[in-house]
Amino acid sequence: MTGDLPTLVPVLPEIILAVGAMVLLMLGVFQGDKSYNQITSLSVILLIAAGVVMFTQVGGERQLTFGGMFVTDAFAVFAKTLVFVGSGIALLMSGRFMQDHKIGRFEFPILVLLATVGMMLMISANNLMSVYVGLELQSLSLYVLAAMNRDRSRSTEAGLKYFVLGALSSGMLLYGISLIYGFAGTTDFDMLATTLKGLHEPALGITVGMVFLLAGLCFKVSAVPFHMWTPDVYEGAPTPVTAFFAAAPKIAALALFVRAMVGAFPAMTGEWQQVVVFVSIASMLVGAFIALVQTNIKRLMAYSSIGHVGFALVGLAAGTQQGVEALLVYIAIYLTMTLGAFAAILSMRRSEGMVEDISDLAGLSQTNLPMAIGIATLMFSLAGIPLLAGFFGKWYVFKAAVDAGLVPLAVIGLVTSVVSCYYYLRIIKIMFFDEPAPAFEGGQGKAVSLVVGVAAVLNSPVSFLLISPLVAAAAWAAGSLLF
Amino acid sequence: MINLADMAFYLFAFITVAAGFLVISARNPVHSVLWLILAFFSAAGLFVLLGAEFLAMLLVIVYVGAVAVLFLFVVMMLDINFVELRQGFLQYLPIGGLIGFILLAELVALGSAWAFGDAVGQNLAAPAPAADVQNTAALGQLLYTDYIFIFQTAGLILLVAMIGAIVLTHRTRPGVKRQDVAAQNARRPEDAYKLVDVKVGKGVALPTKKG
Repeated sequence: MTGDLPTLVPVLPEIILAVGAMVLLMLGVFQGDKSYNQITSLSVILLIAAGVVMFTQVGGERQLTFGGMFVTDAFAVFAKTLVFVGSGIALLMSGRFMQDHKIGRFEFPILVLLATVGMMLMISANNLMSVYVGLELQSLSLYVLAAMNRDRSRSTEAGLKYFVLGALSSGMLLYGISLIYGFAGTTDFDMLATTLKGLHEPALGITVGMVFLLAGLCFKVSAVPFHMWTPDVYEGAPTPVTAFFAAAPKIAALALFVRAMVGAFPAMTGEWQQVVVFVSIASMLVGAFIALVQTNIKRLMAYSSIGHVGFALVGLAAGTQQGVEALLVYIAIYLTMTLGAFAAILSMRRSEGMVEDISDLAGLSQTNLPMAIGIATLMFSLAGIPLLAGFFGKWYVFKAAVDAGLVPLAVIGLVTSVVSCYYYLRIIKIMFFDEPAPAFEGGQGKAVSLVVGVAAVLNSPVSFLLISPLVAAAAWAAGSLLF
Repeated sequence: MINLADMAFYLFAFITVAAGFLVISARNPVHSVLWLILAFFSAAGLFVLLGAEFLAMLLVIVYVGAVAVLFLFVVMMLDINFVELRQGFLQYLPIGGLIGFILLAELVALGSAWAFGDAVGQNLAAPAPAADVQNTAALGQLLYTDYIFIFQTAGLILLVAMIGAIVLTHRTRPGVKRQDVAAQNARRPEDAYKLVDVKVGKGVALPTKKG
C-alpha cells in the first residue's frame, strides 16, 4: 500500500454527516439548549444534503475504498436512503415531545446524526472490523438516546439495560470475528468469500465464529432469542427515540445482516441458512403470541417489530437474490408502517401528559375520525390485510421462501401472520366500537399529523401504484450483491 | 553456549515473572505498585529484545509514567484496607493454579488441532514489514494509512462517548462560581486594594465585604 490519499468520493455522504454533526455540536454548545429547534432543522437539512450527494456523486456503481474496508453499491444506496428517511422523520416528529418533557437538548439531533453515520458505515461495511466500528458507533449513540430522559427512572433503566446487553452482544460478535480471523486469516468480506470457496469443507472454527457473529447481529435486529431487551427499551425510552429505534437502526442492522451473510459467507449458505430459519420462525412466533397480552402500545409495537424482523428474515433465509429483493421491499414497507404507527402514538396526548395504553384509544373514531381512519389503515397494513402495503411485503417474502423450497417456513409465517391479526384488529375494534375515552388534545405539531397521514396514504390501497417502482428499486439493489 | 541476547531474555523474563508474583503477594499496596512498575520495565526490555523499540518506549512512558502513577495516587488517596480485602488471597492459589493448568491444557489441545486452509497464510492482513522499515514508521503505516478508516471511526466513537457522558451527567447547578477571564482582566489595582495611612496606636477598620 502507498501513502496516497484513498478515494474519498464513495464516503462523501458519511463525511458530510460526520463533519456536519461536529459543526452543529459547536453551534449547539455556543447557543445552549434554546437552539434545539434550529439544530434539529439543520440536522434534517444535513440528512437531505447527504442523500442528494449520495445520489448525485456516489451512485449505484460498486466502489471500494480504504483498502477494501468500505464498499458502496446499489444495495448500500437503497438501504441508506431508507435510513435517511427513518432518521429524518424521527427527528421531525421529536420536537414537541422533547420540549414538553424538558429534554429538548441540542445533543439529541446530533446523537441521531452520529448514529446515522454509524448505520451508514454498517451498511457499507466490507470488512469485519468496519462492521464492528460501525456497529459500536451506532449502538453507543443509541444507548445514550435511550437514557436521554435521565430524570425518569424508566428511561435510565432502558438505557442501562440496553447498554449492558448491547455490550454482551458486542462481545459475542467480537469473539466470533476473532475466531473467523483466526481460522481464515482475513477479515475482508471478498477475501473471506474466495477463501471459503477454496476450502472443501470450512474449518469448524469458522462455523463457530460465524454462529457467534450471527448471535451478535440477531441482537442488533432484536430477533428471538436475543430480543429480551426490546420491550423494556421501547417502553422506557422517550417515544420519539423509540420511533427512531424501531425504524432506522433495524434497517441498517438487517442490511448488514444481508451483506455479511451474502457478501462474506456465500460458500456456507447451508450453515447460516439453518440459523436464519430458526431465528426467523422463533421471532415470528414470539412476535405473534406474546404481543397478544400487551396493554401498553409501545410494548405492543416492540413485539410487533420483533415479529416483523422475523418476516423480513424469511427473505434472507431463502438465500437467493429474489429473497434479498423481497427483504428490501419488506423493510421499506415496514419503515412507512412503523413511522406512521409511532407518529400516531406521539399524538396520544391528554392534558395530564402523554398516554400509552391501548385502552386510551377507545372510541377515537368519535372524537377524531381522521386520526382513527389513519391508525386503522396502518394497523390493517401491519397485519398484512390484502390490498394494503403490508400485504405486498409479506407476499414477496413468502413467495421467495416457497420458490427456494422452504414451504414449511412460509406456512409458519402465514399462521403467525393470522395470529398477529388479532391484536392489530383489536386496536381497530377499540377505536371504533368502544365507549369513547376523553379526547386527545391536539398540539403534537403539524409534522406528527402529517407523518400519520402520509404513512396511512402510502399504506392504503394507493400502494398498489407504488409497489412496482419499489420492487424495481429493490431488484436493482439486490442485483448488486454477488450471488 | 548461551549468547548475550538469550541471557538478557532470561534476565528480563525472570524479573518480569518474579515482579508479577510480588505484585499480588506484597502486603503493602504501595509496594505492589512499585513491583508493578518493575514488571512493566522488564516487559519493556523484552519488547526491545523483540525489536519493537517503539512499543517498549510506549510501555515505559504510558504504563510506568501514567498508569502506574495513577495507581499509586489511587492507592494512597483512597483509604481502603487492602490487607483485609486480600485476606486469604493466596489461599486460593492451589485451586486457581489447577484451573489455570486445565485452561493451559485445553489451549495446547486446541493449538495442536489448529487447522488452517491453504489460503490462510497468504491472507494474513499485517505481514511483517521489510527490514529497513522502522518500528514507528511501520506502526504509523498501519494506523494512519492502512487502517485510517477504522482509526477515524474509533475517534468518532470516542466523541459520541464524550457527548453521552456530558448529556447524561452534566447538570447546571445554581450558585457555582466559575472563572470569568474577561472580568479578571478588566479588574484594576484600584478596585482591588487601597492604601491607608494608619495612625500609630489607632488601628484600621476593614471595610465590610460586598457580595
